[in-house]
Amino acid sequence: MIAEFLVVACLVIGTTFNCLGIIGLLRFPDVYTRMHATTKMTTFGSVFTALSVIIYGASQFIGTGDGQYITLSLHTVLAALALAVTNAIGSHAIARGAHRSGIMPAQAVIDRLAEVPP
Amino acid sequence: MIAYLVTFIMALLLYLVFSAGSGTLWLWSPSELLAGVLLALLTAAVAGKVLCRGKDYRMANPVRLLILPVYLLGPFFIEVTRANLDVAYRVITGKIRPGIIRVPSGMRTDLGAFLLANSITLTPGTITVDIGEETNDLFVHNINVPEGWETRSSVEARKLFWLANIPAWIRRIAE
Repeated sequence: MIAEFLVVACLVIGTTFNCLGIIGLLRFPDVYTRMHATTKMTTFGSVFTALSVIIYGASQFIGTGDGQYITLSLHTVLAALALAVTNAIGSHAIARGAHRSGIMPAQAVIDRLAEVPP
Repeated sequence: MIAYLVTFIMALLLYLVFSAGSGTLWLWSPSELLAGVLLALLTAAVAGKVLCRGKDYRMANPVRLLILPVYLLGPFFIEVTRANLDVAYRVITGKIRPGIIRVPSGMRTDLGAFLLANSITLTPGTITVDIGEETNDLFVHNINVPEGWETRSSVEARKLFWLANIPAWIRRIAE
């Protein structure tokens, strides 16, 4: 009962943050601010949807004692970890590539990177 | 020798996590355990020298490896949650003040600078755009630069976060 409630709550939190990330993609002015919305908020949302799968697997394992549910949970933990690590490195690579190819941040109040030679 | 041992243990642990729940000997079946040991030996023989070519076994210390999940689930998760709510507020209201600021990382090792840069990138509202090769200075794109920061030549890494002292945690893990 509690597990079911937690699964649904995590799904709601995850999809809410994913939706907000997409709205941010449409609203923000340039590539850097759009990346704040899409890469980070969708990672946070996807981690929460993964968490609901983990809670479901753990509760089923406690209820039935079937080994396949612990496999499901552990694989989802690894998937969430891989998502977090690749997301950080990927968004850093996109931002660096954008700045090197001359896309300056829009509406910026300060740009310290443009002052140093590449 | 120690390089092969470290690679063997890491490969075996990863295999055990992937194959957990396959049988009745605790969580594993005997054939999976045997296959795991054989594959880990093969991995160590092939890749031991390549994966541990740094000759630096600081991260093989189990205490450091145990602090890492504590850091990820504790202070880091709190920071990410707080920053997500902040960016959600900015998505809805559209109040942004973007800019790229210089943040001296203060890390002596590459791994420390890497972990700090990734922590900053995974926190919404801040992206590490570039790292100075010699100085380990980070250039951080901030979605909302607080008033007064645009005139300062550099900002401490501690100030990018809210409650937890993230740079101190990373120094505890990596240095």
